[in-house]
Amino acid sequence: MSGFDKVVTSYADAMAGLKDGDTIIAGGFGLCGIPEGLIAEIKRMGTTDLTVVSNNCGVDDFGLGVLLQDKQIKKVIASYVGENALFEKQLLDGELEVELTPQGTLAEKMRAGGAGIPAFYTATGYGTPVAEGKEVKEFDGRPYILEESVTGEFAIVKAWKADRYGNLVFRHTAMNFNPMAATAGKITVAEVEEIVEPGELEPSQIHTPGIYVNRVIKGNFEKRIERVTTRKA
Amino acid sequence: MSLNREQIAQRVAKELADGYYVNLGIGIPTLVANYVPEGIEVMLQSENGLLGMGPYPTEDELDADMINAGKETVTAAKGAAIFNSADSFAMIRGGHVDLTVLGAFEVDQHGNIASWMIPKKLIKGMGGAMDLVAGAKNIIVTMTHASKHGDSKLLEECSLPLTGVNCVKKIVTDLAVLEVKDGAFHLLERAPGVSVDEIISKTAGKLIVEGDVPEMSFD
Repeated sequence: MSGFDKVVTSYADAMAGLKDGDTIIAGGFGLCGIPEGLIAEIKRMGTTDLTVVSNNCGVDDFGLGVLLQDKQIKKVIASYVGENALFEKQLLDGELEVELTPQGTLAEKMRAGGAGIPAFYTATGYGTPVAEGKEVKEFDGRPYILEESVTGEFAIVKAWKADRYGNLVFRHTAMNFNPMAATAGKITVAEVEEIVEPGELEPSQIHTPGIYVNRVIKGNFEKRIERVTTRKA
Repeated sequence: MSLNREQIAQRVAKELADGYYVNLGIGIPTLVANYVPEGIEVMLQSENGLLGMGPYPTEDELDADMINAGKETVTAAKGAAIFNSADSFAMIRGGHVDLTVLGAFEVDQHGNIASWMIPKKLIKGMGGAMDLVAGAKNIIVTMTHASKHGDSKLLEECSLPLTGVNCVKKIVTDLAVLEVKDGAFHLLERAPGVSVDEIISKTAGKLIVEGDVPEMSFD
């Protein structure tokens, strides 16, 4: 096996090493571009006390929402959590901690985390509850708040195509948070629709270079749509 | 007569200019896309990573990988670009988006906006709203002028937790168009048949009324 061959063939191998208390950085926007099979494997493993960093937390019976069913999640860092009744119940019961984070700040926290930048200043959230307890500094007369970046023991992402070396290509808006999440995990696992041989992806068209990716698995996706909206043909 | 949702959107659309990159929030702002004036081109930015948002797909075009920030299925317009969330918010935070239109619970005379959180009610999160109000060059808020109980939403100081500070430039309500500057609301236009007195009575913050205030016109 080549030293760069990242392909694994079982979900157990894909998520091997995940342990209680770990932080998981997850790609996806709503139910679009989520690593469905990796989430299902975390549920099967029963790992608990997880901190999940993701834009959203799925719905009751799909996406990251399924990890709430057995109370596997301790804390969620997200920008919007509105589609999930179980989430609401556990939050109100004090069983779940949530850190609401502006969407752009969340994306930048992942990007910076993966890029070795521990914190950054942003105007987003200044003067709001998000700024509470954070350092404020003025640049050119405008106040900014200091936001710390995030990394995790694991990152789980969904891509369209991967080659065996872990180079990734995303499709349409299923890209979303996945490229940043992929950089922010000590172990990054990509669940993809198709695996090709090295050399088959055009080098200049690769979104996530394989250096960020440790494991690649071919998944089967339901690709559930949260809100089907159509026009007449 | 106060404006309905469609008319508010129609009035906001008059603020669009040729070549504008625009981000439209959920609700009334989304309707603005239906009233882009003839002869001008605008490109819609959706913060999940799409610049050049097209109409909803037909049944045949439906694609789970193609959604907008409201998680609705959409299409890409001709000349669209798709990118990751960090790039999307780089263009928002970096001041590259010409106009953001969003709804609000309250706006105050200093241009502060509260739109994401009502304490003791369910908190769903701010999504991209805080980045949008911190970054866009121009921000227009759409909302009803007063609550169902008659309480003004244009205040001296917002009572709810803020989304952003000193950022709202213009407000289009069901009763009026107002500019926010120098610590006051400035009445620019009134809805057809709505009196200046009614607007004054429903504006709790400092309101400046100068000269005859024209009625909005709808083509």
